[in-house]
Amino acid sequence: MAVLAPEVRSAAPRWLIRHETLLAAILVVALAILGLFNERFLTIDNLLNQGRLMTEVGLLALPMTFIIITGGIDLSVGSIVGLCAIMLGYSWKNLGFPLPLAIAFAIGVGGVAGFVNGLLITRVRVPPLIMTIATLALYRGLAEGISQARSVRNYPEWFFFTGQGEWLGVPVQLWILLVGIIMAGIALDRTTFGRTLYAIGNNETAARFSGLPVDRVKLVVYTLSGLAAGLSAWVLVSRVTTTRSDMGSGYELDVIAAVVLGGTSIFGGVGTIWGTVVGLVMIQLLKNGLALTGVKGDATIIVIGAVLIASTLIASSLHGRREVAG
Amino acid sequence: MLGNAYIAVAAIGMSMVIVSGNIDISVGSLIGVLATISGTLAVAGVPIILVWLTPLVVGILVMMLQGAVIAYLRIPAIVVTLGMLSILKGGLISVTGGRWITDLPQSFHLADIELFGILPMPVLIMVAATILAALWMRYSASGRAIYATGGNAEAARLCGVSPRRTVVMVFALHGLFAGIAALLFATQLKVIQSTVPPNLELTVITAAVVGGVSILGGVGTVVGSTLAAVLIAEIASALVFINVSPYWIHAVQGALILVTVVADILRRRRRQVGG
Repeated sequence: MAVLAPEVRSAAPRWLIRHETLLAAILVVALAILGLFNERFLTIDNLLNQGRLMTEVGLLALPMTFIIITGGIDLSVGSIVGLCAIMLGYSWKNLGFPLPLAIAFAIGVGGVAGFVNGLLITRVRVPPLIMTIATLALYRGLAEGISQARSVRNYPEWFFFTGQGEWLGVPVQLWILLVGIIMAGIALDRTTFGRTLYAIGNNETAARFSGLPVDRVKLVVYTLSGLAAGLSAWVLVSRVTTTRSDMGSGYELDVIAAVVLGGTSIFGGVGTIWGTVVGLVMIQLLKNGLALTGVKGDATIIVIGAVLIASTLIASSLHGRREVAG
Repeated sequence: MLGNAYIAVAAIGMSMVIVSGNIDISVGSLIGVLATISGTLAVAGVPIILVWLTPLVVGILVMMLQGAVIAYLRIPAIVVTLGMLSILKGGLISVTGGRWITDLPQSFHLADIELFGILPMPVLIMVAATILAALWMRYSASGRAIYATGGNAEAARLCGVSPRRTVVMVFALHGLFAGIAALLFATQLKVIQSTVPPNLELTVITAAVVGGVSILGGVGTVVGSTLAAVLIAEIASALVFINVSPYWIHAVQGALILVTVVADILRRRRRQVGG
């Protein structure tokens, strides 16, 4: 029997050197610095508005955390957002669906799109990376083909409540995100389903032999990812008041960056929803802070790309690399 | 075919990367950056030989850097290349603002050069690059090392092949082909738009995968990927001929990758079951 590795490398308590704690500390420092440099940054209005902008990516980051914990990945989320947005507009404008039904239909399409990913990943054993690269092209292509690159506008006034309205002084979609975060956090931390995700990510074969429903759980997380993309599309269309086929393109970068920055290991088996939330907030504030100091939108994706690589590097050197046998 | 030679050339490098068991989604952005660099140099009046060499060198360096991070720091290729994709894309747009590069000198246009009066240069380069790469991968020790690394990195290591060095070499070559592809792309029209061609990385991956490069690593040839690139170009123009809107092209590409991958996996499984 191997002796348990002694945890004596550092005298600091374990919770202090956890990734999430470190990240939260960095977040506070970053907030203070940004606040010092720009008086418009640390205002309630600005922060709530950033919360509004964060929701679309945030909704995707929750199931993405699940997926990456299982050792998988979903690159197609941005394309599913585009497809759902188009289905919402198309079914309402061209098929004559009542708008509430069109919203439900769009979210349903998202679920089906995620389910197809999960089905081929679990039944045919297509690697998640390749499967979702293929559907990244396929779902975006469907959005472009169905819409013929035409946009849909003129939604009724009540439709904009989700994306632009407020409830108790807080943006409506931030409430949706909050409920999502709490549900995802409980599911990951306190249920058999959540613990199964870690088991799959740590050792899928062992999880299978332990009698865990590995395939069913994976199917569920990819379907959840699609459903979240549908929800995200609804919020997005409602916020920007129009539907276009290029909606959500590039979201996969923000989502994966937030999850990885939040301490979820890209190799699977490690990660928390709280970490993802901190990562998400950091990315949004980084974007906002850069924008306020006059950096243009295109330049911020450079920073996010660099953050993605750097945080993976730091995480892998902090937690010790997985040594290849030999 | 002439206008799509650059996809075939980029797909050669992509095939090598996939055979080695990796993936690269930054290639489309890199081609955009390299094309802009060569165009800018050409307009600035730099000697034509430097105009042609610079994108090749920059391409090799960028890809080698990515290969080194993947191989030696053990960061998954998808994370590294996704990060690089956004760095290159954001960098290009914020530096150039997506300007059109015009007034390119006459000598810059590779596509206008024809050998024996019939064979346009891009097609010639595509065919030559395919044949050279195919022979090299089939018969040279370093070419075989790519298959060994992708098939089973541990076994390769025990046989005296360095999987890490092989991955860096593969990415360096991929960068070279990306540089050549960027030149073909930059010189085919009279103007260059200094942005990233949308979804180019997906087209290149489609060509490599549909051409018979198994996404599980260790299998595939560049002849297949070149033929697939030509096929994809033909499908795109066929769509126009049968009056299907070109907006469906990405859906067709995605479906092509999906069908090929599933067929590949099912075929392998049947072979395993059969003994």
